[in-house]
Amino acid sequence: MGRALPWIGLAALLALPVTGIGAYPLHLVIMCLLWSYVYTSWSIMGRLGLVSLGHGAFLGIGAYSVVMLWNHFGVSPWIGALVAVVVSAAAALAIGFPCFRFRIVGHYFALVTLALSEVTRLLIVALRDQTGGSLGATPDTVLVQGTTVALGAMQFASKWVWFYAILGCWLAGLWVWHRVDRSMTRLALEAISQEEDAAASIGINVTRSKLFVTVISAVMTSLGGVLYAQYQLYVNPETVSGIGISLQMVFGVIAGGMFVMLGPTVGAVFTLLLAEGLRLALGEHFKQFPALDLAIYGMLLVLFIIYMPKGILGAALEAWQRRRLTPAPARS
Amino acid sequence: MPVFDVFLLEAVVNGILLGGLLALLSLGLNLVFGVIDVVWICYAELIMIGMYAVYVLHVQQGWPLVLAMAAGIAAVAALGALMHHFVIRPVLAAEPINQLLVTGGVLFFLQAAATLAFGIEFRNLGVRMPPIAIGEMSFSLPRVIAFVVALAGVAATYLFLTRSYIGTAIRAISQDRQIMPLMGVNPDRVFTVTSALGGALAGLGACLLVLQYDIHPAIGLSFGPITFMICVLGGLGNVLGGLVAAFIFAQFISVGGFFFHIEWGYVIAFAFFIAVMFWRPQGILGGK
Amino acid sequence: MLAVRNLSAGYGSFQTLFGVTMDVNAGESVAVIGPNGAGKTTLLRAISKLIPLGGGEVTMEGRSLREVPAHEVIAHGVSQVPENRRLFARLTVEENLRMGAFLPAARPRFGERLEFVYSLFPRLRERRAQPAGTLSGGEQQMCAIGRALMSGPKLLLLDEPSAGLAPVVVQSIFELVQRICGEGFTVLIVEQNIRQVLKVVDRAYLLETGHIRSSGTAAELLASDEIRKAYLGL
Repeated sequence: MGRALPWIGLAALLALPVTGIGAYPLHLVIMCLLWSYVYTSWSIMGRLGLVSLGHGAFLGIGAYSVVMLWNHFGVSPWIGALVAVVVSAAAALAIGFPCFRFRIVGHYFALVTLALSEVTRLLIVALRDQTGGSLGATPDTVLVQGTTVALGAMQFASKWVWFYAILGCWLAGLWVWHRVDRSMTRLALEAISQEEDAAASIGINVTRSKLFVTVISAVMTSLGGVLYAQYQLYVNPETVSGIGISLQMVFGVIAGGMFVMLGPTVGAVFTLLLAEGLRLALGEHFKQFPALDLAIYGMLLVLFIIYMPKGILGAALEAWQRRRLTPAPARS
Repeated sequence: MPVFDVFLLEAVVNGILLGGLLALLSLGLNLVFGVIDVVWICYAELIMIGMYAVYVLHVQQGWPLVLAMAAGIAAVAALGALMHHFVIRPVLAAEPINQLLVTGGVLFFLQAAATLAFGIEFRNLGVRMPPIAIGEMSFSLPRVIAFVVALAGVAATYLFLTRSYIGTAIRAISQDRQIMPLMGVNPDRVFTVTSALGGALAGLGACLLVLQYDIHPAIGLSFGPITFMICVLGGLGNVLGGLVAAFIFAQFISVGGFFFHIEWGYVIAFAFFIAVMFWRPQGILGGK
Repeated sequence: MLAVRNLSAGYGSFQTLFGVTMDVNAGESVAVIGPNGAGKTTLLRAISKLIPLGGGEVTMEGRSLREVPAHEVIAHGVSQVPENRRLFARLTVEENLRMGAFLPAARPRFGERLEFVYSLFPRLRERRAQPAGTLSGGEQQMCAIGRALMSGPKLLLLDEPSAGLAPVVVQSIFELVQRICGEGFTVLIVEQNIRQVLKVVDRAYLLETGHIRSSGTAAELLASDEIRKAYLGL
C-alpha cells in the first residue's frame, strides 16, 4: 500500500482539472510544485554534504535574465532561459572549482556560497536603472485583448498551462534526483562526503564529481527562477536572491527530509501549509502579527535540526521501516 | 584636476574608520568560530537585537545613553550564552553544517520577533552630533567615536584573552579540547563564556552602529554578509586575519563608493572577495 | 591514598580493563607496566574520569570518584600528565603552566608554584616566553610535568612519559621522575619501558590484556623470571 501512495498522488494531481478547484487553491498548488522543484534542485547538492547558502543567486540569475532580456532587448524568455543556464553554470563552476580543489566544504563552503547570493542581490540593486532595484520588475506583458497564449513570450493567461508545465518540471526534477542518486557518481560522492582521501585513492575524480552535481543543481534552480518570473510576472531582489530565500530553501529541505527523493516536496508543502494555515487561523488578525510565520519557521528549523534531522518524511519512513522489520509476535 | 584629491583622502580615512568598526564585528564571529567551531549565521541579528535594546532603553524608557548601551551589551552577551546553551549545545556532536543551520533558525526567529515587537518602520536613536572638520574634509563624529571604541574593544578582548585564566583557557581549548578537564576546566563552561563574549562584542558593535544608522528588523541582512565575508577573507577563525581583512574590505567599500555610486563600492568589495576566493579560498591568513 | 577495586572500563562496547585492583599509598611511587594495548592508558583515563567507570570503584583518600565529573577530579588532588605531552602548542611555556593552575584553589599559589617548577626545570625558565610547540621533546615533557604540578596535586599520574622520545632524552626523563619521587610526591606511572621505570619506582603492577597478572616491589619484579623472559629479553 505504501509503495502505491506516490502513484496515487500523481494520478490525483494529473486529474486535478476535474475537481473544479478554485483559482486561489490552484495557485497554491502551483506554488507548491514550483518550490518543491526548487527545493529538490537544491537538495541534489545538499544531501551530499555540499550545503549551499547561495542558491538564491541561481534563482535570481534565472528570474532576472529572462525579464531583463525580454524587457530591454525583446529576447524571448526561451532564449533568456538558455542564457540563464549558461550564466548559472559559469557561476557554479567559478565558485565550485576553487572550493573543491582546495577541499573547502562544510560551513566554510556555505559562507563562500553566501557571498555569491549576496553579490547577485547587490548587483541587482545597484543596477537599479535597468533592474528596477528593490522595487522589482515585471516582464512586459503581451497578453492583451483576449490573447491567452503567447508562446514566444512564455506568457499564458490560463493557470492550467502553468500547472502542467510546472508539474512536468517537478517530475523532471525528481527524475534527475533519481538519476544522480543511482549513478556511480552518487556512490562516489557519498564516499567523498565521508572520506575524501579514500575516495581519491580509488581513482574517483573528486573535484569533477562535485562540480558535476553543483552545476546540475545550479542550472535546475535557475530554471526554477525562470518559471517563477514568468508565472508570477513580478520579480524582486529580496524574493529571488539573497540570504533570506537561500535559508528558506534549506529550511524547506531540512523540514521535509534531505536524504529522501520526495523529502524536499514534503518540505515545500509543509512550509506553504504553515503560512496558509496561519493566515486562516488568524483571519483578519493576520495583519497584526506580521512575520509570525517567520518566527514559527525559525523555531521549527531549530527544533527539526535538534530532534528530527532527517526531516518529516525521513523520520516517517524510518519509523515505517522499523515497523516492517520488527518480526511479528509468535503464534501461540 | 588636482594631483592630490582631498576628498579621496577623506574617503580613505572614512574607510579606515569603517574598518575599525568592521574589525570589531568580525572579532566576535571569529572568536566563536575559532574556539567552538560554530558559525553564528545569525550574528548580525544579535547585533540588531542589541540596537533595539539600546533604542528601547534610551528612547522609550529614558535611560541615560551610556547606561542603555551597557545594558544592551549585557543583554546580547546573555543572548549569546543562552543561544549556545539551548540551541547549539544539543547539536555540537552533529555535523558542523547543522550547527550553522540551527543558528539559521535563530536568524528567522529574531528577525520575526523584532518585526512583531517593533514593526517595520525605521527607528532612530535621535542622537545628533556635529561633524568634525579637518581642512576641507568632514567626518561624522559618531563614526570617529565608533572607531576609537571599536579599537578599545579589540584591545580589551586581547587583554582578557591573554591575562585572565578563563581567557587563556579559551585560547587553549581550541588547541586541545580533550585534555581540558585534566586541568579542572569544564569545556562546556568555556564555550558558554566564549559565547557570552561573542555576544558582548556583538552588543558593543550594536552600540556603535546605532549611533550612525537607523534600526530595522532586516538590517542584519545589510551588514551580516559583509561580516561573514570579512571573516572568510581573513581566514575563518583567524582573528588577526579578520582584522586585516576588515580594513581592506572597508577601503574597497569607501574608495569604491567614492569613485562610483556607494552601492558599487559594496559590489566591488564583494567582487574582490570572490576573486580572492578563486585564488586562495582558505582566506588571506587562513591555514591548510 | 588511591584505591582501585575491581575496576572494569572500556570504550563503548569494547572493554579494556577487567576487574583491576591496585593501591597507591601516600609518598610512594608505583608503576603499572605491561605491553602495548594492555590497557595502561585506559586505567589512567578511568582514574581521571576521562572515561566513565564501568564496574568497580576508584577512591581517592577514601572519597569515591565514581560520580565525580572529569573536570572536578583535579580538585580531589589527582593530576595527570597525559600521553604524548598534549601541550597547548601555540601558548607559551608559561601560559601552559598557568593553565595547570586553573583550579581556583591553585591560583593564589601560582607564583610560588611557578618558582618551584622553574627550579625543578631550569630550561623551562629560559624558554618561558616561547610557544610550547617549539620546544624539544624532552623539554615538552618537562613542561607537561610542570603543568601537572602547578595544581599542587597529592597524586601525580604519568602516562608513558618516555613515549616518542629519543633514548638519550628518555634517560633524563627517568632521572626527572626519580627527582620528583624524591621531592615527596606520590606518583603513579604507566610505562612500556619496563627496565628503566623499575629502577625509579618503589612498587609495580604488571598489566596484561586488561588484567593485573602480578605485583610486588620493583626489585622483586626485576628479579622475577616471568618479567625477565617476557619483557627484558633475558
